[in-house]
Amino acid sequence: MEHRPGMTGQETNTAAAEAVSKPRIAVHKFASCDGCQLAFLNLGEDLLALMEMVDVVHFAEAGPVDPDAEVDFAFIEGSISTPADIERVKRIRERSRYVIAVGACATAGGLQALRNMADAGQWMRAVYAEPGNIKSLDTSTPVAQHIKVDLELWGCPVNGRQVLAAVRALLSGVAPAEEHDKVCLECKRRQSVCVMVAKGMPCMGPMTRTGCGALCPSFGRDCYGCYGPAENSNTDSLTRRFEGLGLLPDAVARRFLSINNGAPAFNDAGRKLRE
Amino acid sequence: MAQMAAAGFSFLQRGRFQQLFDVLQEAGYRCVGPRVTDGAILYDTVTKVEDLPQAVRDRQAPGHYRLESSKSELYFAWANGPQALKPLVFKPRETLWQCQAQPSRGLQFETVPPEAPATAVIGVRACDLAALRLQDRHFIHGPVVDPAYLARRRNLFLVAVNCTHPADTCFCRSTGDGPQVTNGFDLLLSEIDAGFVIEARTDQGVDVLGRLPTEGATAKQLEAARQPIARGAQAQTRRFPTRNLRDTLLSNLDHPRWQQVAERCLSCGNCTAVCPTCFCHSEGDEPTLDGSRSEHYRQWGSCFTRTHSYIHGLVIRGDTRLRYRQWLTHKLGTWHEQYGRSGCVGCGRCISWCPVGIDLTEEIAAICASAADA
Ligand code: SF4
Ligand code: SF4
Ligand code: SF4
Ligand code: SF4
Repeated sequence: MEHRPGMTGQETNTAAAEAVSKPRIAVHKFASCDGCQLAFLNLGEDLLALMEMVDVVHFAEAGPVDPDAEVDFAFIEGSISTPADIERVKRIRERSRYVIAVGACATAGGLQALRNMADAGQWMRAVYAEPGNIKSLDTSTPVAQHIKVDLELWGCPVNGRQVLAAVRALLSGVAPAEEHDKVCLECKRRQSVCVMVAKGMPCMGPMTRTGCGALCPSFGRDCYGCYGPAENSNTDSLTRRFEGLGLLPDAVARRFLSINNGAPAFNDAGRKLRE
Repeated sequence: MAQMAAAGFSFLQRGRFQQLFDVLQEAGYRCVGPRVTDGAILYDTVTKVEDLPQAVRDRQAPGHYRLESSKSELYFAWANGPQALKPLVFKPRETLWQCQAQPSRGLQFETVPPEAPATAVIGVRACDLAALRLQDRHFIHGPVVDPAYLARRRNLFLVAVNCTHPADTCFCRSTGDGPQVTNGFDLLLSEIDAGFVIEARTDQGVDVLGRLPTEGATAKQLEAARQPIARGAQAQTRRFPTRNLRDTLLSNLDHPRWQQVAERCLSCGNCTAVCPTCFCHSEGDEPTLDGSRSEHYRQWGSCFTRTHSYIHGLVIRGDTRLRYRQWLTHKLGTWHEQYGRSGCVGCGRCISWCPVGIDLTEEIAAICASAADA
């Protein structure tokens, strides 16, 4: 039996069944800072290995440009924030077997989703001399709000370990392991000292999904929720705790209405405080 | 040397305490002891007495832990920090086995031998020794022996210390697990101003003690060592029912208190992670990018996670009420069937290190309110 790194038999792309074929990958960018694409580019040796295993047909930041190519896996960074974005993301869906939304912008609308709660027109007029030239939606929304998404990688930015685990699982034709535990559990596995209990810092760890390796508390600072809400998040209780630590309601609201303000659990908690 | 152990108590002057470190290190042990790290007292490698906390004390309350400076010269005038012995024997994460794809022979599996360096732990408290006995029962004395745990457990040398400064969250007196150390140690220290009253319990302990520049302990020193332990026991105010709560808990599965605590609980799992007796874990695989090799790891899990109660296609304990109830009905109820006692040794860690300060002694008091001894 021939051993082929990369793909198991079942997942072979029908459009390219010859032995030489490799899975085709595209990395698309929407409204975002490019930080998640850097998670790919910073893979180091693994990036070279990955390049051997797949055909990267579109990845503007790295070189190849072919946005309309048919691919096996389309990674999407960024949120949907213009009318043109909506059309483009639909085209990507039609041409891709699997769509993977990568990072807080693509999974929750990103920091820029703050405009969903504001008068976007007024902001535009305040910032741009000729706001009439800008064709922008009033909202910044996650990819899954517009097309079917097969997998979401949360985080701002996502890290190389997540990307590699996802790519490996996809190439093997299996569902990647879900990361649903809270940052706290990973924080304790690292044996970091809890900054909320020992320093009174308003840590978002108990609400936030794991994946980062509990990075912030390991440097003595409070998690600000960049990996988005974990399952079964008790935001009411954490709100009361933050208020008990001396945060005023608006300061608590800002903990929730930050990078992942568009994620429903955080959005509801933040809005409740502002009502 | 044998009669020394029988005779019981030796005395090591404070100024000679470094010798304990030296003797242990010469005997090939890595010494692990308390150190002030990131605002808490953690276990870490120590090589000299100066590494130990001195002139610090802790203040603990539900959801609250702070270190303060004190005037005390004592090295052990504080109560336990967030860690017990658990991370040293039951690793937060470790690789159990790996497999390699062999083009001609399919997959080849191999175990990954555990790292188990000889480790001497200095400063172990009574509650943590009680917890270690419970973990031993689970990992070593059950139907299946855990080789990684066993390897590390065998290589532990335990220097216990009688606890004189319990925190406000401690209740080991109530569970019967402290503050006096009674067994399960190699050496036992009781700290007084002038130094340490020492007792050896095992052959290795006798051997180490024999190499220390000790003298016989006087009756006055023994009395000076006894008093602060008794005072510490008296200072503990939290109470816990000592009887088997299994039936009480299982007949109160619909008690409204479970819902009330669920409204506060963050389902974060901190309580189970700091609990020295909790042993749940999850497992996973980490393949290399080219798929030629994969590592199978085990890491601390918790009954507060969704995956803990996942069986194919179904999460049994989806909400916090059921998860919190699982934690206490198991630890304080069905543990009796499994391990012959409750799973709580009264260390109070789950109270201090719960981000919202949930106190299991209060929850149990409310749920077992009708019971005579609650
Ligand atoms: S520091 Fe934050 S993430 Fe870590 S245990 Fe405390 S609350 Fe959880
Ligand atoms: S600890 Fe929180 S804020 Fe920090 S990297 Fe992790 S998820 Fe992001
Ligand atoms: S249940 Fe709480 S008090 Fe009891 S042993 Fe565990 S952490 Fe300590
Ligand atoms: S009881 Fe406290 S520590 Fe335990 S899961 Fe609930 S909030 Fe977290």
